[in-house]
Amino acid sequence: MRAMYALWLRELKRYWRSKQRIALSLVQPVLYLLVFGFGLAPVYRKAGGGDFLQFLAPGVIAMTVLFSSIGSGVALLFDRQFGFLKETLVAPVPRIQIMLGRTCGAATVAVLQGLLVTAVCLAAGFRPMGAAMSAAALAFVILIAIAFAGLGATLGASMKDMPGYQGVMSLLVLPITLLSGMLFPLENLPVVLATFTNIDPLSYGVDGLRATLTGKTHFGLLLDGAVLLGTAVIFIGLGAWRFAKIEP
Amino acid sequence: MIRVWHLTKRFGALTAVDDISFEITAGEIFAFLGPNGAGKTTTVKMLTTILAPTSGTLELDGLNLVDSKSAARRRFGVVFQDPSLDQELTAWENMDLHGVLYGMPRKLRHGRAETLLKSFELWDRKDGQVRQFSGGMKRRLEVARGLMHTPKILFLDEPTLGLDPHSRKQLWTQVSHLNQTEGVTIFLTTHYMEEADRVASRIAVIDRGKIVATGSPRQLREQTQTASLEEAFLALTGPRARDEGPENAAGMGAARIVGR
Repeated sequence: MRAMYALWLRELKRYWRSKQRIALSLVQPVLYLLVFGFGLAPVYRKAGGGDFLQFLAPGVIAMTVLFSSIGSGVALLFDRQFGFLKETLVAPVPRIQIMLGRTCGAATVAVLQGLLVTAVCLAAGFRPMGAAMSAAALAFVILIAIAFAGLGATLGASMKDMPGYQGVMSLLVLPITLLSGMLFPLENLPVVLATFTNIDPLSYGVDGLRATLTGKTHFGLLLDGAVLLGTAVIFIGLGAWRFAKIEP
Repeated sequence: MIRVWHLTKRFGALTAVDDISFEITAGEIFAFLGPNGAGKTTTVKMLTTILAPTSGTLELDGLNLVDSKSAARRRFGVVFQDPSLDQELTAWENMDLHGVLYGMPRKLRHGRAETLLKSFELWDRKDGQVRQFSGGMKRRLEVARGLMHTPKILFLDEPTLGLDPHSRKQLWTQVSHLNQTEGVTIFLTTHYMEEADRVASRIAVIDRGKIVATGSPRQLREQTQTASLEEAFLALTGPRARDEGPENAAGMGAARIVGR
Protein backbone atom coordinates (compact mmCIF):
# COMPACT_ATOMS: atom_id res chain seq x y z
CA MET A 1 0.00 0.00 0.00
CA ARG A 2 2.89 2.36 0.74
CA ALA A 3 4.19 1.87 -2.80
CA MET A 4 0.75 2.70 -4.19
CA TYR A 5 0.60 5.81 -2.03
CA ALA A 6 4.09 6.90 -3.12
CA LEU A 7 3.20 6.52 -6.81
CA TRP A 8 -0.10 8.35 -6.26
CA LEU A 9 1.77 11.18 -4.55
CA ARG A 10 4.29 11.30 -7.39
CA GLU A 11 1.52 12.07 -9.88
CA LEU A 12 0.24 14.90 -7.67
CA LYS A 13 3.69 16.41 -7.23
CA ARG A 14 4.31 16.31 -10.96
CA TYR A 15 0.95 18.01 -11.57
CA TRP A 16 1.47 20.68 -8.94
CA ARG A 17 4.93 21.54 -10.30
CA SER A 18 3.69 21.96 -13.85
CA LYS A 19 1.94 25.32 -13.63
CA GLN A 20 1.94 25.53 -17.41
CA ARG A 21 -0.04 22.27 -17.58
CA ILE A 22 -2.58 23.60 -15.08
CA ALA A 23 -3.01 26.84 -17.02
CA LEU A 24 -3.23 25.12 -20.43
CA SER A 25 -5.78 22.63 -19.16
CA LEU A 26 -8.18 25.51 -18.54
CA VAL A 27 -7.97 26.91 -22.07
CA GLN A 28 -10.22 24.38 -23.81
CA PRO A 29 -13.02 24.35 -21.19
CA VAL A 30 -13.01 28.13 -21.05
CA LEU A 31 -13.23 28.26 -24.85
CA TYR A 32 -16.18 25.86 -24.80
CA LEU A 33 -17.89 27.95 -22.15
CA LEU A 34 -17.33 31.19 -24.00
CA VAL A 35 -17.92 30.08 -27.58
CA PHE A 36 -20.73 27.59 -27.09
CA GLY A 37 -22.05 28.97 -23.81
CA PHE A 38 -22.55 32.47 -25.07
CA GLY A 39 -22.77 31.66 -28.80
CA LEU A 40 -25.59 29.11 -28.59
CA ALA A 41 -27.36 30.60 -25.56
CA PRO A 42 -29.80 32.81 -27.55
CA VAL A 43 -30.79 29.92 -29.89
CA TYR A 44 -31.25 27.57 -26.92
CA ARG A 45 -33.33 30.13 -25.06
CA LYS A 46 -35.49 30.82 -28.11
CA ALA A 47 -36.12 27.08 -28.48
CA GLY A 48 -37.45 27.05 -24.94
CA GLY A 49 -34.47 25.25 -23.40
CA GLY A 50 -33.77 27.89 -20.75
CA ASP A 51 -30.31 28.96 -19.65
CA PHE A 52 -27.73 27.24 -21.89
CA LEU A 53 -24.89 27.75 -19.39
CA GLN A 54 -26.85 25.66 -16.87
CA PHE A 55 -27.09 22.94 -19.52
CA LEU A 56 -23.50 23.21 -20.81
CA ALA A 57 -21.48 23.50 -17.57
CA PRO A 58 -21.87 19.85 -16.39
CA GLY A 59 -20.74 18.69 -19.85
CA VAL A 60 -17.70 20.95 -19.81
CA ILE A 61 -16.75 19.65 -16.36
CA ALA A 62 -17.13 16.03 -17.56
CA MET A 63 -15.09 16.77 -20.70
CA THR A 64 -12.28 18.27 -18.63
CA VAL A 65 -12.16 15.22 -16.39
CA LEU A 66 -12.17 12.93 -19.44
CA PHE A 67 -9.28 14.75 -21.15
CA SER A 68 -7.18 14.83 -18.00
CA SER A 69 -7.80 11.26 -16.82
CA ILE A 70 -7.27 9.58 -20.19
CA GLY A 71 -3.90 11.37 -20.21
CA SER A 72 -2.66 8.70 -17.79
CA GLY A 73 -1.76 6.73 -20.91
CA VAL A 74 0.49 9.54 -22.16
CA ALA A 75 2.22 9.66 -18.77
CA LEU A 76 2.83 5.91 -18.99
CA LEU A 77 4.31 6.24 -22.47
CA PHE A 78 6.53 9.10 -21.30
CA ASP A 79 7.75 7.02 -18.36
CA ARG A 80 8.49 4.20 -20.74
CA GLN A 81 10.30 6.50 -23.14
CA PHE A 82 12.28 8.34 -20.45
CA GLY A 83 13.08 5.26 -18.40
CA PHE A 84 11.27 5.74 -15.09
CA LEU A 85 8.95 2.83 -15.82
CA LYS A 86 11.91 0.43 -15.58
CA GLU A 87 12.69 1.71 -12.09
CA THR A 88 9.22 0.67 -10.94
CA LEU A 89 9.11 -2.60 -12.87
CA VAL A 90 12.31 -3.99 -11.26
CA ALA A 91 11.11 -3.05 -7.77
CA PRO A 92 9.75 -5.84 -5.55
CA VAL A 93 6.21 -4.48 -5.83
CA PRO A 94 3.32 -6.34 -7.50
CA ARG A 95 2.49 -4.73 -10.84
CA ILE A 96 -1.15 -4.32 -9.88
CA GLN A 97 -0.06 -1.97 -7.08
CA ILE A 98 2.10 0.04 -9.47
CA MET A 99 -0.76 0.32 -11.94
CA LEU A 100 -3.31 1.26 -9.28
CA GLY A 101 -1.02 3.84 -7.69
CA ARG A 102 -0.39 5.50 -11.03
CA THR A 103 -4.04 5.33 -12.12
CA CYS A 104 -5.39 6.69 -8.83
CA GLY A 105 -2.86 9.52 -9.12
CA ALA A 106 -4.03 10.35 -12.64
CA ALA A 107 -7.67 10.15 -11.51
CA THR A 108 -6.98 12.50 -8.58
CA VAL A 109 -5.33 15.00 -10.89
CA ALA A 110 -8.37 14.78 -13.19
CA VAL A 111 -10.70 15.45 -10.24
CA LEU A 112 -8.63 18.52 -9.30
CA GLN A 113 -8.87 19.73 -12.90
CA GLY A 114 -12.62 19.16 -12.78
CA LEU A 115 -12.89 21.23 -9.60
CA LEU A 116 -10.86 24.02 -11.18
CA VAL A 117 -13.18 24.12 -14.18
CA THR A 118 -16.19 24.01 -11.87
CA ALA A 119 -14.84 27.17 -10.27
CA VAL A 120 -14.53 28.74 -13.73
CA CYS A 121 -18.14 27.72 -14.50
CA LEU A 122 -19.33 29.29 -11.25
CA ALA A 123 -17.46 32.47 -12.10
CA ALA A 124 -19.16 32.48 -15.53
CA GLY A 125 -22.59 32.38 -13.90
CA PHE A 126 -23.36 28.69 -13.51
CA ARG A 127 -25.53 28.00 -10.44
CA PRO A 128 -25.77 24.40 -9.15
CA MET A 129 -28.70 23.19 -7.03
CA GLY A 130 -27.39 22.68 -3.52
CA ALA A 131 -24.57 21.43 -1.33
CA ALA A 132 -25.91 17.89 -0.86
CA MET A 133 -26.29 17.29 -4.59
CA SER A 134 -22.88 18.87 -5.20
CA ALA A 135 -21.40 16.10 -3.06
CA ALA A 136 -23.15 13.58 -5.31
CA ALA A 137 -21.77 15.43 -8.33
CA LEU A 138 -18.27 15.03 -6.89
CA ALA A 139 -18.90 11.29 -6.72
CA PHE A 140 -19.71 11.35 -10.45
CA VAL A 141 -16.58 13.36 -11.19
CA ILE A 142 -14.54 10.74 -9.29
CA LEU A 143 -16.20 7.88 -11.19
CA ILE A 144 -15.56 9.52 -14.58
CA ALA A 145 -11.94 10.13 -13.58
CA ILE A 146 -11.34 6.53 -12.46
CA ALA A 147 -13.07 4.99 -15.48
CA PHE A 148 -11.14 7.00 -18.06
CA ALA A 149 -7.82 6.87 -16.18
CA GLY A 150 -8.30 3.09 -16.43
CA LEU A 151 -8.90 3.40 -20.18
CA GLY A 152 -5.79 5.59 -20.48
CA ALA A 153 -3.72 3.01 -18.58
CA THR A 154 -5.07 0.25 -20.83
CA LEU A 155 -4.11 2.15 -23.98
CA GLY A 156 -0.77 3.35 -22.58
CA ALA A 157 0.23 -0.17 -21.58
CA SER A 158 -0.86 -1.58 -24.94
CA MET A 159 1.00 0.86 -27.17
CA LYS A 160 4.67 1.63 -27.51
CA ASP A 161 4.91 4.88 -29.40
CA MET A 162 3.46 8.32 -28.83
CA PRO A 163 2.20 9.02 -32.39
CA GLY A 164 0.23 5.75 -32.36
CA TYR A 165 -1.27 6.62 -29.00
CA GLN A 166 -2.21 10.10 -30.13
CA GLY A 167 -3.88 8.63 -33.20
CA VAL A 168 -5.98 6.31 -31.07
CA MET A 169 -6.74 9.16 -28.67
CA SER A 170 -8.05 11.40 -31.42
CA LEU A 171 -10.13 8.52 -32.78
CA LEU A 172 -11.62 7.86 -29.34
CA VAL A 173 -11.77 11.09 -27.38
CA LEU A 174 -13.57 13.30 -29.87
CA PRO A 175 -16.45 10.85 -30.52
CA ILE A 176 -16.71 10.08 -26.79
CA THR A 177 -16.99 13.80 -26.08
CA LEU A 178 -19.33 14.77 -28.90
CA LEU A 179 -21.67 11.80 -28.42
CA SER A 180 -21.97 12.33 -24.67
CA GLY A 181 -24.78 14.86 -24.87
CA MET A 182 -22.50 17.53 -23.60
CA LEU A 183 -23.64 20.02 -26.27
CA PHE A 184 -27.16 18.84 -27.04
CA PRO A 185 -30.08 17.24 -25.16
CA LEU A 186 -30.35 13.46 -25.59
CA GLU A 187 -34.12 13.54 -26.02
CA ASN A 188 -35.71 12.92 -29.47
CA LEU A 189 -32.47 12.01 -31.24
CA PRO A 190 -32.43 9.94 -34.46
CA VAL A 191 -32.19 6.22 -33.67
CA VAL A 192 -28.60 5.79 -34.93
CA LEU A 193 -27.31 8.77 -32.96
CA ALA A 194 -29.27 7.70 -29.89
CA THR A 195 -27.70 4.24 -30.09
CA PHE A 196 -24.21 5.72 -30.12
CA THR A 197 -24.97 8.07 -27.25
CA ASN A 198 -26.37 5.14 -25.26
CA ILE A 199 -23.15 3.12 -25.60
CA ASP A 200 -20.89 6.10 -24.81
CA PRO A 201 -19.98 5.80 -21.10
CA LEU A 202 -19.37 9.55 -20.86
CA SER A 203 -23.08 10.12 -21.66
CA TYR A 204 -23.85 8.67 -18.24
CA GLY A 205 -21.20 10.84 -16.63
CA VAL A 206 -22.56 14.01 -18.23
CA ASP A 207 -26.13 12.98 -17.37
CA GLY A 208 -25.16 12.16 -13.78
CA LEU A 209 -23.50 15.53 -13.37
CA ARG A 210 -26.45 17.30 -14.98
CA ALA A 211 -28.85 15.47 -12.67
CA THR A 212 -26.90 16.27 -9.50
CA LEU A 213 -26.05 19.86 -10.42
CA THR A 214 -29.19 21.03 -12.25
CA GLY A 215 -31.85 18.42 -11.47
CA LYS A 216 -32.41 17.35 -15.10
CA THR A 217 -31.68 13.77 -16.14
CA HIS A 218 -32.15 11.59 -19.21
CA PHE A 219 -31.12 8.10 -18.05
CA GLY A 220 -31.83 8.46 -14.33
CA LEU A 221 -29.29 8.86 -11.57
CA LEU A 222 -29.19 5.18 -10.62
CA LEU A 223 -28.45 3.98 -14.16
CA ASP A 224 -25.85 6.73 -14.58
CA GLY A 225 -24.01 5.60 -11.45
CA ALA A 226 -24.28 1.90 -12.28
CA VAL A 227 -22.97 2.28 -15.83
CA LEU A 228 -20.07 4.47 -14.76
CA LEU A 229 -19.14 2.12 -11.93
CA GLY A 230 -19.24 -0.86 -14.29
CA THR A 231 -17.15 1.03 -16.85
CA ALA A 232 -14.59 1.92 -14.17
CA VAL A 233 -14.33 -1.72 -13.05
CA ILE A 234 -13.93 -2.96 -16.64
CA PHE A 235 -11.31 -0.36 -17.63
CA ILE A 236 -9.31 -0.76 -14.43
CA GLY A 237 -9.39 -4.54 -14.92
CA LEU A 238 -8.26 -4.20 -18.54
CA GLY A 239 -5.55 -1.75 -17.48
CA ALA A 240 -4.24 -4.14 -14.83
CA TRP A 241 -4.23 -6.99 -17.34
CA ARG A 242 -2.31 -4.98 -19.95
CA PHE A 243 0.07 -3.53 -17.36
CA ALA A 244 0.96 -7.03 -16.16
CA LYS A 245 2.22 -7.76 -19.67
CA ILE A 246 4.09 -4.52 -20.23
CA GLU A 247 7.78 -4.69 -21.17
CA PRO A 248 9.94 -1.62 -20.67
CA MET B 1 26.62 -14.73 -5.81
CA ILE B 2 25.48 -15.00 -9.44
CA ARG B 3 25.24 -18.26 -11.36
CA VAL B 4 24.27 -18.29 -15.02
CA TRP B 5 23.90 -21.69 -16.58
CA HIS B 6 23.22 -22.38 -20.29
CA LEU B 7 21.31 -19.12 -20.63
CA THR B 8 19.62 -18.47 -23.97
CA LYS B 9 17.35 -15.67 -25.13
CA ARG B 10 15.62 -15.71 -28.49
CA PHE B 11 13.46 -13.00 -30.05
CA GLY B 12 11.55 -14.96 -32.67
CA ALA B 13 14.12 -16.47 -34.98
CA LEU B 14 16.91 -14.27 -33.60
CA THR B 15 19.19 -15.52 -30.85
CA ALA B 16 20.44 -12.58 -28.78
CA VAL B 17 22.08 -14.67 -26.05
CA ASP B 18 23.25 -18.12 -27.01
CA ASP B 19 23.86 -20.72 -24.30
CA ILE B 20 26.14 -18.72 -22.00
CA SER B 21 27.37 -19.81 -18.57
CA PHE B 22 29.40 -17.98 -15.92
CA GLU B 23 29.63 -17.48 -12.17
CA ILE B 24 30.41 -14.41 -10.10
CA THR B 25 31.56 -14.65 -6.50
CA ALA B 26 30.58 -12.26 -3.70
CA GLY B 27 32.51 -8.99 -3.61
CA GLU B 28 33.80 -9.25 -7.18
CA ILE B 29 33.77 -6.46 -9.72
CA PHE B 30 32.84 -8.35 -12.87
CA ALA B 31 32.95 -6.64 -16.25
CA PHE B 32 30.83 -7.92 -19.12
CA LEU B 33 32.28 -6.62 -22.35
CA GLY B 34 31.22 -6.96 -25.95
CA PRO B 35 30.64 -5.04 -29.18
CA ASN B 36 27.31 -3.31 -29.88
CA GLY B 37 24.50 -5.83 -30.18
CA ALA B 38 26.59 -8.64 -28.66
CA GLY B 39 23.96 -9.47 -26.02
CA LYS B 40 25.23 -7.52 -23.00
CA THR B 41 22.08 -5.52 -22.28
CA THR B 42 19.83 -8.51 -23.00
CA THR B 43 21.83 -10.49 -20.41
CA VAL B 44 21.52 -7.64 -17.89
CA LYS B 45 17.77 -7.47 -18.54
CA MET B 46 17.44 -11.17 -17.81
CA LEU B 47 19.60 -10.89 -14.69
CA THR B 48 17.42 -8.02 -13.47
CA THR B 49 14.15 -9.91 -14.15
CA ILE B 50 12.97 -7.53 -16.86
CA LEU B 51 13.18 -10.22 -19.53
CA ALA B 52 12.41 -13.90 -19.08
CA PRO B 53 15.02 -16.26 -20.50
CA THR B 54 14.08 -18.62 -23.30
CA SER B 55 16.01 -21.38 -21.55
CA GLY B 56 18.73 -21.85 -18.95
CA THR B 57 19.12 -21.15 -15.25
CA LEU B 58 19.72 -17.84 -13.51
CA GLU B 59 20.56 -17.76 -9.81
CA LEU B 60 21.24 -14.71 -7.71
CA ASP B 61 22.32 -15.14 -4.09
CA GLY B 62 20.89 -18.66 -4.19
CA LEU B 63 17.52 -17.56 -5.57
CA ASN B 64 16.18 -18.68 -8.91
CA LEU B 65 15.40 -15.51 -10.83
CA VAL B 66 12.40 -16.98 -12.62
CA ASP B 67 10.70 -18.52 -9.57
CA SER B 68 11.68 -16.00 -6.87
CA LYS B 69 11.57 -12.68 -8.71
CA SER B 70 10.32 -10.53 -5.87
CA ALA B 71 12.80 -11.83 -3.28
CA ALA B 72 15.66 -11.56 -5.77
CA ARG B 73 14.72 -7.96 -6.66
CA ARG B 74 15.38 -6.89 -3.08
CA ARG B 75 18.95 -8.17 -3.39
CA PHE B 76 20.12 -6.25 -6.41
CA GLY B 77 20.24 -2.66 -7.54
CA VAL B 78 20.46 -1.59 -11.14
CA VAL B 79 21.66 1.39 -13.10
CA PHE B 80 20.24 1.11 -16.59
CA GLN B 81 21.98 2.12 -19.77
CA ASP B 82 19.29 4.75 -20.38
CA PRO B 83 18.31 7.28 -17.71
CA SER B 84 15.52 6.14 -15.40
CA LEU B 85 15.20 9.02 -12.93
CA ASP B 86 12.03 11.06 -12.58
CA GLN B 87 13.22 14.40 -13.94
CA GLU B 88 10.39 16.33 -12.30
CA LEU B 89 11.20 15.10 -8.80
CA THR B 90 14.11 16.24 -6.68
CA ALA B 91 17.17 14.08 -5.95
CA TRP B 92 15.85 13.47 -2.46
CA GLU B 93 12.39 12.50 -3.73
CA ASN B 94 13.87 10.05 -6.25
CA MET B 95 15.87 8.40 -3.47
CA ASP B 96 12.91 8.35 -1.10
CA LEU B 97 10.52 6.92 -3.70
CA HIS B 98 13.02 4.15 -4.43
CA GLY B 99 13.22 3.37 -0.71
CA VAL B 100 9.43 3.17 -0.47
CA LEU B 101 9.25 0.84 -3.48
CA TYR B 102 11.75 -1.44 -1.73
CA GLY B 103 9.78 -1.40 1.52
CA MET B 104 12.32 0.52 3.61
CA PRO B 105 11.03 2.11 6.83
CA ARG B 106 11.02 5.92 6.84
CA LYS B 107 13.88 6.40 9.34
CA LEU B 108 16.14 3.93 7.57
CA ARG B 109 15.22 5.46 4.21
CA HIS B 110 16.11 8.97 5.22
CA GLY B 111 19.36 7.95 6.90
CA ARG B 112 20.49 5.90 3.92
CA ALA B 113 19.52 8.61 1.41
CA GLU B 114 21.52 11.18 3.35
CA THR B 115 24.59 8.92 3.55
CA LEU B 116 24.53 8.11 -0.15
CA LEU B 117 23.81 11.64 -1.36
CA LYS B 118 26.74 12.86 0.74
CA SER B 119 28.95 10.03 -0.49
CA PHE B 120 28.13 10.85 -4.13
CA GLU B 121 28.56 14.59 -3.53
CA LEU B 122 24.93 15.44 -4.21
CA TRP B 123 23.81 16.45 -0.73
CA ASP B 124 23.87 20.18 -1.41
CA ARG B 125 21.61 19.61 -4.43
CA LYS B 126 19.21 17.20 -2.74
CA ASP B 127 16.25 19.55 -3.16
CA GLY B 128 17.00 20.40 -6.78
CA GLN B 129 14.84 18.99 -9.57
CA VAL B 130 16.74 16.32 -11.48
CA ARG B 131 16.04 17.95 -14.85
CA GLN B 132 18.36 20.76 -13.79
CA PHE B 133 21.26 18.37 -13.09
CA SER B 134 24.28 17.81 -15.35
CA GLY B 135 24.79 14.42 -17.01
CA GLY B 136 27.43 13.46 -14.44
CA MET B 137 25.20 14.38 -11.51
CA LYS B 138 22.32 12.36 -12.95
CA ARG B 139 24.51 9.29 -13.35
CA ARG B 140 25.87 9.64 -9.80
CA LEU B 141 22.31 9.95 -8.55
CA GLU B 142 21.29 6.83 -10.48
CA VAL B 143 24.13 4.86 -8.88
CA ALA B 144 23.29 6.25 -5.43
CA ARG B 145 19.67 5.30 -5.94
CA GLY B 146 20.64 1.80 -7.06
CA LEU B 147 22.46 1.37 -3.74
CA MET B 148 19.63 2.85 -1.66
CA HIS B 149 18.15 -0.44 -0.44
CA THR B 150 21.61 -1.85 0.40
CA PRO B 151 21.67 -4.45 -2.38
CA LYS B 152 24.17 -7.29 -2.40
CA ILE B 153 24.71 -6.86 -6.13
CA LEU B 154 24.76 -3.74 -8.26
CA PHE B 155 24.24 -3.98 -12.01
CA LEU B 156 25.76 -1.11 -13.95
CA ASP B 157 24.86 -1.13 -17.64
CA GLU B 158 27.25 1.28 -19.34
CA PRO B 159 27.03 3.73 -16.43
CA THR B 160 29.61 6.17 -17.78
CA LEU B 161 28.28 6.45 -21.32
CA GLY B 162 28.41 10.07 -22.42
CA LEU B 163 30.23 11.33 -19.33
CA ASP B 164 33.36 13.46 -19.40
CA PRO B 165 36.61 11.93 -18.05
CA HIS B 166 36.33 13.75 -14.69
CA SER B 167 32.79 12.50 -14.07
CA ARG B 168 33.78 8.97 -15.12
CA LYS B 169 36.75 8.92 -12.77
CA GLN B 170 34.67 10.31 -9.91
CA LEU B 171 31.95 7.73 -10.44
CA TRP B 172 34.33 4.78 -10.52
CA THR B 173 36.17 6.00 -7.44
CA GLN B 174 32.86 6.08 -5.55
CA VAL B 175 31.73 2.69 -6.88
CA SER B 176 35.09 1.06 -6.02
CA HIS B 177 34.91 2.60 -2.56
CA LEU B 178 31.45 1.16 -1.96
CA ASN B 179 32.59 -2.21 -3.28
CA GLN B 180 35.37 -2.21 -0.69
CA THR B 181 33.47 -0.74 2.25
CA GLU B 182 30.07 -2.40 1.81
CA GLY B 183 31.19 -5.51 -0.06
CA VAL B 184 28.72 -4.91 -2.90
CA THR B 185 29.26 -7.25 -5.85
CA ILE B 186 29.43 -5.23 -9.06
CA PHE B 187 28.34 -6.46 -12.48
CA LEU B 188 29.16 -3.89 -15.11
CA THR B 189 29.07 -3.45 -18.84
CA THR B 190 31.11 -0.76 -20.54
CA HIS B 191 32.66 0.19 -23.85
CA TYR B 192 35.55 1.94 -22.10
CA MET B 193 38.28 -0.72 -21.90
CA GLU B 194 40.54 1.34 -19.67
CA GLU B 195 37.74 1.50 -17.10
CA ALA B 196 37.24 -2.25 -17.13
CA ASP B 197 41.00 -2.75 -16.93
CA ARG B 198 41.22 -0.45 -13.93
CA VAL B 199 38.24 -1.52 -11.83
CA ALA B 200 37.31 -5.10 -12.80
CA SER B 201 38.73 -8.12 -11.04
CA ARG B 202 37.37 -10.41 -13.75
CA ILE B 203 36.05 -9.94 -17.27
CA ALA B 204 33.84 -11.92 -19.63
CA VAL B 205 33.80 -11.02 -23.32
CA ILE B 206 30.57 -11.72 -25.20
CA ASP B 207 30.29 -11.62 -28.96
CA ARG B 208 27.31 -12.58 -31.13
CA GLY B 209 25.50 -13.89 -28.06
CA LYS B 210 28.29 -16.22 -26.91
CA ILE B 211 30.96 -15.79 -24.28
CA VAL B 212 34.27 -15.94 -26.09
CA ALA B 213 36.66 -15.44 -23.17
CA THR B 214 36.74 -14.97 -19.40
CA GLY B 215 39.54 -14.09 -17.00
CA SER B 216 41.28 -11.24 -15.27
CA PRO B 217 42.41 -8.32 -17.45
CA ARG B 218 45.98 -9.65 -17.25
CA GLN B 219 44.89 -13.17 -18.24
CA LEU B 220 43.01 -11.83 -21.28
CA ARG B 221 46.05 -9.87 -22.41
CA GLU B 222 48.24 -12.94 -21.98
CA GLN B 223 45.80 -15.24 -23.78
CA THR B 224 45.61 -12.94 -26.77
CA GLN B 225 49.29 -11.89 -26.55
CA THR B 226 48.37 -8.22 -26.64
CA ALA B 227 49.62 -5.22 -24.71
CA SER B 228 46.29 -3.68 -23.68
CA LEU B 229 42.77 -4.82 -22.85
CA GLU B 230 41.48 -2.91 -25.87
CA GLU B 231 43.78 -4.88 -28.16
CA ALA B 232 42.76 -8.10 -26.43
CA PHE B 233 39.09 -7.16 -26.94
CA LEU B 234 39.64 -6.49 -30.64
CA ALA B 235 41.57 -9.74 -31.01
CA LEU B 236 38.68 -11.62 -29.43
CA THR B 237 35.80 -9.91 -31.24
CA GLY B 238 37.34 -8.83 -34.53
CA PRO B 239 38.03 -5.31 -35.80
CA ARG B 240 34.76 -4.73 -37.68
CA ALA B 241 32.11 -2.37 -36.25
CA ARG B 242 28.74 -3.88 -35.27
CA ASP B 243 25.21 -2.60 -35.38
CA GLU B 244 23.16 -1.93 -32.26
CA GLY B 245 20.36 -4.09 -30.86
CA PRO B 246 19.64 -7.72 -30.13
CA GLU B 247 18.11 -8.16 -33.56
CA ASN B 248 21.61 -7.79 -34.97
CA ALA B 249 23.19 -10.17 -32.54
CA ALA B 250 21.79 -13.28 -34.14
CA GLY B 251 22.29 -14.96 -37.42
CA MET B 252 25.91 -13.92 -37.69
CA GLY B 253 27.36 -17.35 -37.34
CA ALA B 254 28.78 -19.11 -34.33
CA ALA B 255 31.32 -17.52 -32.00
CA ARG B 256 34.88 -18.03 -32.99
CA ILE B 257 36.53 -18.76 -29.69
CA VAL B 258 34.62 -20.37 -26.84
CA GLY B 259 35.95 -20.43 -23.31
CA ARG B 260 39.49 -19.36 -24.03
